[in-house]
Amino acid sequence: MAEIVLDEVTKRFPDGALAVDKFSMDIADGEFVILVGPSGCGKSTTLNMIAGLEDITEGELRIAGKVVNNAAPKDRDIAMVFQSYALYPHMTVRQNMGFALKLAKTPQATIDEKVEEAARILDLTQHLDRRPANLSGGQRQRVAMGRAIVRDPSVFLMDEPLSNLDAKLRVQMRTEVSRIQRRLGTTTVYVTHDQTEAMTLGDRVAVMRSGLLQQVGSPKELYDSPVNLFVAGFIGSPAMNFMGGTLEEGKLRTSLGDFELSDRLRREVESAGSGREVIVGLRPENFEDAAMISADARPNGITFRTSIDVLESMGSDVYVYFTQARDQGVNAAELEELAEDSGRADTGASGDTVVARLDAATGVREGQEAELWVDGRSMHVFDPATGRNLSLAAKDGPGDAAPAPRPAAADGEVT
Amino acid sequence: MAVSTPRQKVGWGTANLVVVALALIPVLWLVSLSFKTPTAILDPSFVPSQWTTGNYYGVLHTATFIRPLINSIGIGLISTLISVVLASMAAYAVARLRFPGKSVLIGMALLIAMFPLIALVTPMFNIERAIGLFNTWPGLIIPYVAFGLPLGIYILSAFFREIPWELEKAAKVDGATPFQAFTKVIAPLAAPGMVTTAILIFLTCWNDFIFAISFTSTISSRTAPASLAFLSGASTFTVPTGPIAAAAVVITIPIIIFVLFFQRRIVAGLTSGAVKG
Repeated sequence: MAEIVLDEVTKRFPDGALAVDKFSMDIADGEFVILVGPSGCGKSTTLNMIAGLEDITEGELRIAGKVVNNAAPKDRDIAMVFQSYALYPHMTVRQNMGFALKLAKTPQATIDEKVEEAARILDLTQHLDRRPANLSGGQRQRVAMGRAIVRDPSVFLMDEPLSNLDAKLRVQMRTEVSRIQRRLGTTTVYVTHDQTEAMTLGDRVAVMRSGLLQQVGSPKELYDSPVNLFVAGFIGSPAMNFMGGTLEEGKLRTSLGDFELSDRLRREVESAGSGREVIVGLRPENFEDAAMISADARPNGITFRTSIDVLESMGSDVYVYFTQARDQGVNAAELEELAEDSGRADTGASGDTVVARLDAATGVREGQEAELWVDGRSMHVFDPATGRNLSLAAKDGPGDAAPAPRPAAADGEVT
Repeated sequence: MAVSTPRQKVGWGTANLVVVALALIPVLWLVSLSFKTPTAILDPSFVPSQWTTGNYYGVLHTATFIRPLINSIGIGLISTLISVVLASMAAYAVARLRFPGKSVLIGMALLIAMFPLIALVTPMFNIERAIGLFNTWPGLIIPYVAFGLPLGIYILSAFFREIPWELEKAAKVDGATPFQAFTKVIAPLAAPGMVTTAILIFLTCWNDFIFAISFTSTISSRTAPASLAFLSGASTFTVPTGPIAAAAVVITIPIIIFVLFFQRRIVAGLTSGAVKG
């Protein structure tokens, strides 16, 4: 059992690429922390530095109070689960799981006992004498977990352990991982690019982008109060909708309509000094079929008419997609970059499409004009220049140290 | 493959037959010679009119052949062992590490493999005489290792490249030292490659004639192929064709069996790393 302290840990590759830039974070004993971000954001590099598989260029890494910057992986008391599982193909499951103990010269009786116990936990007992090649993907994944558990280490490191599984198995194993971690109470650092895994598994989630730590917090915190445009766009599925807005006469004018602004938010936007242009972020669930909103709730938001392009019924909810007129004057570059990071650019969906999650009882039909309502209270307002969430600052008061995203020019693609 | 017509079958069959015959007739002629009596050596018939095992008996009972045979086996095995151990370490470095001069190393290895041996014999002969390696086992082992290494490095680095790097990371996290990671995880997985390399290097050593004839002067270090020229006939006036043929068969047959036996492995080793995740 151990806590991990990363103090301005930096990784610079020999070719000069900055993979991780001054990453600072305290991970408490027994905590389950998720590192999440788009590919190339430096999350795996960070994990490898904790494991000792990559050198730390600058900064200090402490595990259980000891500085381990230069300690070999074997002296750090860690176990790691790899994306490809990295099972030794020439050893049986039993040998795979007992390999670390054997290297540590543990008596054979103890090894057998521990392997049997781990196999029981993971339901692998009948597979102990098979080789990895004869196992299914899920079984291999469990062996990889078993290999980590057997060691009884003070820290678990997991590098996208579920990304090679099919969707159904992934959900099952996600619960399994969570259960095992709770049961063992071992400090765990888990890397993933899947924000659903991040939201469901972690006690705390650290969002990274281009080597910079963007925000650390509980899943709810990240969802409700993203500090900047990137975190807002990355966390949540479907992602937050962004659109341009202009501040005029105390109102926020968007292509959907005019929002009333609170005084604090208006002051914050004005003091940001970025002029009157802002980016407005609205989560899909902030929208609702206007017909289902009671009259006294309506003034909290605005009502607008639009034609529905696509309607997806999920049973419990309905997702509707509609196109919103492209606004002039929005800092589109920032939004496009965001779309790229979140992979939306690959799907061909343009940034102009808005997703709304409506109640399943809605009467809205595909291809028809509909009247929708959007809640203005949960709206996020971002500074288009820095990406900072202004509405958050307005809520918590100024002086909140939110890391600004790196200027686009410095973004070296790092893998 | 498409179904072939009878015409194609006949065509291919004939072609195959011609190739096999061309390759095998000299070998069969050699075998035939080795069973002929000394007086019937000039008999042009393919099948000996009078069979004798005297040539074999004679060859296997003269020190001029037995000692070189032992030398061949000893020198071959030692050279192979040293080459494979060194080549696997070098190949591992080439496949895994980034270090200054890596491309120079690979280039040099290739250069050595390309160099015509005959051009090196004279300088090496002088060097060996000067430092006292002439006519000794090390005098042959060292050049064999030098020329076996490039081949070994090439084959083995291909194997190592196919072994996922994560396995090694896993071994390190599991508490292995770099040496343990290599011996307990990487080397067992590259074993097929090592066997292939060993076979090929051994064959090269076994078949070598240029070095063997140049760097040896007595049977204390002469290898079997070189010793053929020194076999004598039944009397001073007989040409030792029969004994030479018999000795050649003794040298050749084990290799043919060996290669047939390991053929599948050699081909697999040359083409792929044969490691499945």
